[in-house]
Amino acid sequence: MKREILLILIMAAATVITRFLPFLLFPAGKKTPRFVGYLGATLPYATMGLLVIYCLRGLQPSVYPYSLPEILSVGAVALLHWWKGNALISIGVGTVLYMVLIQAVFV
Amino acid sequence: MTEHKRAAAYAFPKTIPVMAGYLFLGMAYGILMKVNGYGVWWTLAISVFVYAGSLQYLGVEFLTAMANPVYAFFMSLMLNARHLFYGISMLDKYRHMGKTKPYLIFGLSDETFSIVCHENIPKELSQEKVYFWITFLDQCYWIAGTVLGAVVGGFITFDTTGLDFALTALFVAIFVDQWKSAGEHRSALTGVGASAVSLLIFGPDAFIIPAMILILLVLSWRYKRNERRGIR
Repeated sequence: MKREILLILIMAAATVITRFLPFLLFPAGKKTPRFVGYLGATLPYATMGLLVIYCLRGLQPSVYPYSLPEILSVGAVALLHWWKGNALISIGVGTVLYMVLIQAVFV
Repeated sequence: MTEHKRAAAYAFPKTIPVMAGYLFLGMAYGILMKVNGYGVWWTLAISVFVYAGSLQYLGVEFLTAMANPVYAFFMSLMLNARHLFYGISMLDKYRHMGKTKPYLIFGLSDETFSIVCHENIPKELSQEKVYFWITFLDQCYWIAGTVLGAVVGGFITFDTTGLDFALTALFVAIFVDQWKSAGEHRSALTGVGASAVSLLIFGPDAFIIPAMILILLVLSWRYKRNERRGIR
């Protein structure tokens, strides 16, 4: 319980920090340092790459079912999203597909 | 109509697309929380105080794994780093806001940013009040969706194994969005490449921090190289 509250406070603090920092660092009239602008423009892309890998960190391609549920579902989400661009459809279909694959197909 | 009512009447239609998205993604989040043992009150508290969709999803993992707080902190900062970018883009617009300014900044989620960043409010309306209503309505949708999900989650009787794949799906979808909108893909590839290398070297339990360091190093190196070449 205590650990959970601590984790929630940490998440809240990290959100407050990242949302308020620009307004504290660059008050009226001060120019944003180029490197900060550069990080603001590139880090979001790199981070999403990190998070995708993070979600797939447990893959074990050498043992049954050879990570096939993950590979197929991630592929489905990516293709659907590329095609339709609708997050609700991509996430909904991808998640249901994954659940079916691990519960009923690759058992 | 009072100034507040007129601002709200102008703001509401702008937020309808966000309402649809937040109710759905919020509900999925609430269900995920509930099936992992965190009910309505936990969900409500997190949606009010953290209010960051993708971080809340990742947070389910922090909670169920009882993550190391330091690690959770850095992970949260990295995931939220894009908010720095939103803030920088909103510096001018929010500069002259009054007493609701702290809330406008706190509530600057991805979706709210996507509305306010290219919003040109008619002169006869109070800018601050319109921004406030957009921000506030969006957070209300998120809270409503997540709480509803946590309630519904209590009645689910089917096997929810694999439901947590929603987090992976969310990140893959955002990754695809970013890939389509970005002019260059080196940053995205840096993220994937550095993380994959780090994962192979350090293994699934210890690769995050080295991956973050590696990403920052590669990005800084690219920045320096571009500076030398005189490209922005």
